[in-house]
Amino acid sequence: MRREVPLTITAIVGFTLIIAYFVPHAPFSDVRDLFSDWFMVIAAFAIYLGILNLLKINVDKVYKKRPGWGFSIVTILGFFLFVYIGIREGRDFGEFGTRYYWLYDRIYYPLMAAMFAILAFFIASASYRAFRARNLEATILLLAAFFVMLGRVPIGYYLTTWLPEGWRMGNIADWIMDFPQTAGQRAVMIGIALGIVSTSLRVILGIERAFLGGE
Amino acid sequence: MHLTPDIGIWIGGLLTLGIFSFLYGDNPYYKFCEALFIGVSAGHWFVTLFWTVFVAKMIRNVEIGLNTFITQGFSAGMADYMHWSYIFGGILGFLMLLRLFPKIGWISRWSLAFVVGTTSGYYFITYLVSNGLRQIQRTILPLYVHGDFYTTIGNLIIIVGTFCGLTYFFFSKEHKGTFGGLARLGIWFLMITFGASFGYTVMSRMSLLIGRMDYIFGTWLGMLG
Repeated sequence: MRREVPLTITAIVGFTLIIAYFVPHAPFSDVRDLFSDWFMVIAAFAIYLGILNLLKINVDKVYKKRPGWGFSIVTILGFFLFVYIGIREGRDFGEFGTRYYWLYDRIYYPLMAAMFAILAFFIASASYRAFRARNLEATILLLAAFFVMLGRVPIGYYLTTWLPEGWRMGNIADWIMDFPQTAGQRAVMIGIALGIVSTSLRVILGIERAFLGGE
Repeated sequence: MHLTPDIGIWIGGLLTLGIFSFLYGDNPYYKFCEALFIGVSAGHWFVTLFWTVFVAKMIRNVEIGLNTFITQGFSAGMADYMHWSYIFGGILGFLMLLRLFPKIGWISRWSLAFVVGTTSGYYFITYLVSNGLRQIQRTILPLYVHGDFYTTIGNLIIIVGTFCGLTYFFFSKEHKGTFGGLARLGIWFLMITFGASFGYTVMSRMSLLIGRMDYIFGTWLGMLG
């Protein structure tokens, strides 16, 4: 029961979706649509599982007055504020002008954007370490990043206006993106495809069972 | 300088500053904003999934399916399996929550198996077609384009670069001699790709940073224009 049922489910679902690609008619097309919607429902429950776990950990922290329990109260209050307003607003909760939109625009979005923007500073320090031309490979990486970055901003254009058309920073960046970058990207993509295809087949055939855990 | 009277923008500005205060070092102001961000993110996803998945997909379809049973009878209801069968999706999803109970947590593997099976079946085809076959097809290019030196060189670079890049990923043979040389050339192409990707990542983060600075100095403090 603990192993056979999950392996059977994986095999049936996996093969059905593969067959649905080659036989895009009912009942396979219907089942494919149904499975993809069920997938979304299960994925939503999986996220809910994570949210419940987050709440459990934070409530536990507050209850036992562990260090930083005050911040856990902020997390819990923030969560319930959004849930309360979002559920009360109804289906159109995200529409412009609703109370939920106000909360999203004034609290969630600034926090999210700032959190991602702060990475600019860390990425700058990472660039300093990564872009030192220690060997040929690092030099190529440095040059590609240099041309692409400078070729996409106005200063790159102004610095090279004296050069003939086609040799300016923007043109060089375009050429890098169109040819050598595409070649490398394509090799990576084909490599990923081969890896995913073989792993998927192993999972569907029940050879790869790591997702079932250790028991 | 023209400070905005909008309380919402003040909140947004202060929260942005709180996150940026981490650059000075870990501090209670940052921790407060971080804790709030975790809570509101969880809340936002809870609400979004509730309305877009549970209500719009599951509850609505089950409702339609049950209505068919009630209004048109059993056989018509059974035939409308595209609606009522969403209940199975709900059951599988609910089983996922059993992970919270250690004794019966193993049942959640059934839902996980469904997710793994769906992903495998879907990715098997999509990656094979879009990332594999289509990319190979696009690499099969003419080696010489009459009267177009630029395209000829470009095509050669794409063909050689893709082949050498793939050679680098082939680990069943030792990277020595001619094979090693091709693999090394492949590394150079991969380095160009990674450099370009890194450049784009830096640019996108910088763009976000500029956006935040515009919010603080323009929208909030009114110091710009």
